[in-house]
Amino acid sequence: MYEFITGFMFWLSLGVCLAGMLIRTVLYFRGLAWNLDRVAYKAYPKDGFNGAMRSIYKWLLPFGTHGWRKQPFMTVIFFCFHIGAVIVPLFLVAHNLFLEKKTGLSLFTINNSVADFLTWLVVASAILIVLRRIALPEVRIMTTWYDYLIILISVLPFITGLMARYEVGNYNFWLLAHILSGEILLLAIPFTKLSHVFLFFASRAQLGMDYGIKRGGLKGTKMAW
Amino acid sequence: MPEGIFCNKKPVETEEELTALLGDTSGTQYYKEMKELDVDSKLLWTTIQNTCKSRIRTWLEICAHCGMCADSCFLYLVNDRDPKQVPAYKIQSTLGEIVKRKGKVDNEFMRMAMETAWAKCTCCNRCGMYCPHGIDMGIMFGYLRGLLYQQGFVPWEMKIGAGMHRVYRAQMDVSEEEFVETFQWMVEEYEDDYVGLTVPVDVENADIMYTVNAREVKHYPEDLAEAAILFHAAGENWTIPSKGWELTSLAMFAGDWAACKMQVESVYEAMERLKPKRMIGTECGHAHRATVVEGPYWAGRKDGRPPVESIHYIEWLAEALREGKLKIDPSKRIKQPVTLQDSCNYVRNHGLRETAREIVSYIVEPGYFRDMSPRKEHNFCCGGGGGFNGIGLFRPQRNKGLITKRDQIIATGAELVLAPCHNCWDAIRDLEEEYEIGIKWSFLKPLVISMLELPDHMKPEE
Repeated sequence: MYEFITGFMFWLSLGVCLAGMLIRTVLYFRGLAWNLDRVAYKAYPKDGFNGAMRSIYKWLLPFGTHGWRKQPFMTVIFFCFHIGAVIVPLFLVAHNLFLEKKTGLSLFTINNSVADFLTWLVVASAILIVLRRIALPEVRIMTTWYDYLIILISVLPFITGLMARYEVGNYNFWLLAHILSGEILLLAIPFTKLSHVFLFFASRAQLGMDYGIKRGGLKGTKMAW
Repeated sequence: MPEGIFCNKKPVETEEELTALLGDTSGTQYYKEMKELDVDSKLLWTTIQNTCKSRIRTWLEICAHCGMCADSCFLYLVNDRDPKQVPAYKIQSTLGEIVKRKGKVDNEFMRMAMETAWAKCTCCNRCGMYCPHGIDMGIMFGYLRGLLYQQGFVPWEMKIGAGMHRVYRAQMDVSEEEFVETFQWMVEEYEDDYVGLTVPVDVENADIMYTVNAREVKHYPEDLAEAAILFHAAGENWTIPSKGWELTSLAMFAGDWAACKMQVESVYEAMERLKPKRMIGTECGHAHRATVVEGPYWAGRKDGRPPVESIHYIEWLAEALREGKLKIDPSKRIKQPVTLQDSCNYVRNHGLRETAREIVSYIVEPGYFRDMSPRKEHNFCCGGGGGFNGIGLFRPQRNKGLITKRDQIIATGAELVLAPCHNCWDAIRDLEEEYEIGIKWSFLKPLVISMLELPDHMKPEE
């Protein structure tokens, strides 16, 4: 069982995730149409590029935009969730030991107590994100079971990881559950709303090009949202 | 009954059809027929497949339903934070559903979508600035309007407006002769006070080709004379085209993309015929957006620009004041609390956030200008944009929408509102009528003329 999910399943989920992201990103940009979108992407590549980078950069910065500043609570839980959710899976010592064994490559690693802290932060923020969904009428009205499923898929690897980390009950069970839930997450990325992990950059780049070219960029106005 | 006599999928193409449709007062029969109008689901789905590409599809897919756009929408705020006014909800429950159901929606759904597209969104594009994913719901509502128009589910006035452009290449029934004659007549009226005032018609290779809003010709002809006075005082070499003089596009509000193309091409043809150095449009927001910002794309211009450099009136005015072509008598500057309405269509959607403020620095006595909050590209819609002002059926919703601007203006303590945009000007006039807060509002032209130091050659002999 362990061999299967760390062997075939690992390669399958990683492969599907990476290939899926690549294909969908290519399709996204190929699907942009200057005449339908009404943005002359190709006529002003430099302005478009600058607009795209600016748009992505500003929104990656906590409180970097009016939107973030307007909603401080959401901004804090959003960044706590996403910082942990990106850093821990990539830079955890145990993940990199596993990766090295599999591929001979490994990434920079973070201290285990930092990883613990960030993981708790992810779980705590996820709970707050769910509570926010339930509490605020403007969020509740749009929320469907699918939104909760996405949150569940995203947070399950962190919960199971903590259970294994603190060896609550059967360590092997939690380890298997952790690896499986991680693989489900990888498989879900290209096919669900989780595609935002890469389409966020694509979509922001598009609007950044729109502003950088058509909506004032060529006039020298850099909108600081 | 599938297709009505007035309410149907066919655009208005002739003067007779226009007259008939106008004869149906307030669209009484039109809206009655709309209740029976069939939805051509096949056409709807084919259109979506051909025109809804990765940008909008991705927007619909990755919307996280986070609700961060809620506070950005003035219609959400002013309607007691009704969750049904959250931009993401509005677009997901209309366009999102149509895409999800592959166009298989019924008449009732389409009428709900029509109300959402024209009475719950002014396409001000503010929400797009507040979405972490960069989802611009205003753009999607513009797209949805196109789908609804194609199916005949469009407010009566919008169908008429688009028809006007198709028949007259103007938003109102103003012919080319009427335009030129009205301009000439107004100039003659002012000739005694402003010596040498003329209106050069169809002059080739002029520095400026001036275009207007048909409403000025029909309802505010003094605006035409004011434009002539300022160009003359600034010593500009300018002209008006007898054909292709209409800057506006109600077709854009209606989602009639074919009419948008016809309209804007008439202006571009004038540019190509007269070869001016620049085109300057009147103080109108949506008109600038239609002809200068969106128009090039409707006309299939790959560089996204009109045939000649085209600027908004405030850009010319700021330049003329900066360069001293127009001189202001400092003693006549505005000395009362004054604020400025930033038009969504050229500030948020074309970056002109400092231009009107530069003009303010020349025409307002220091210490009297009060900015609105929020302002510049974050300013709220006047409450009447995107066609909202003109739709009788949705007048109660529009009047409610005006409250945001009313409260913004009251908070500044201003007695005068500068509104260099026809839609904003109308909305502010209507909010004063509706709520009586004791303000005045004005375009820039008459104010600048009132404080202008006339060049000697224009002064009448005593």
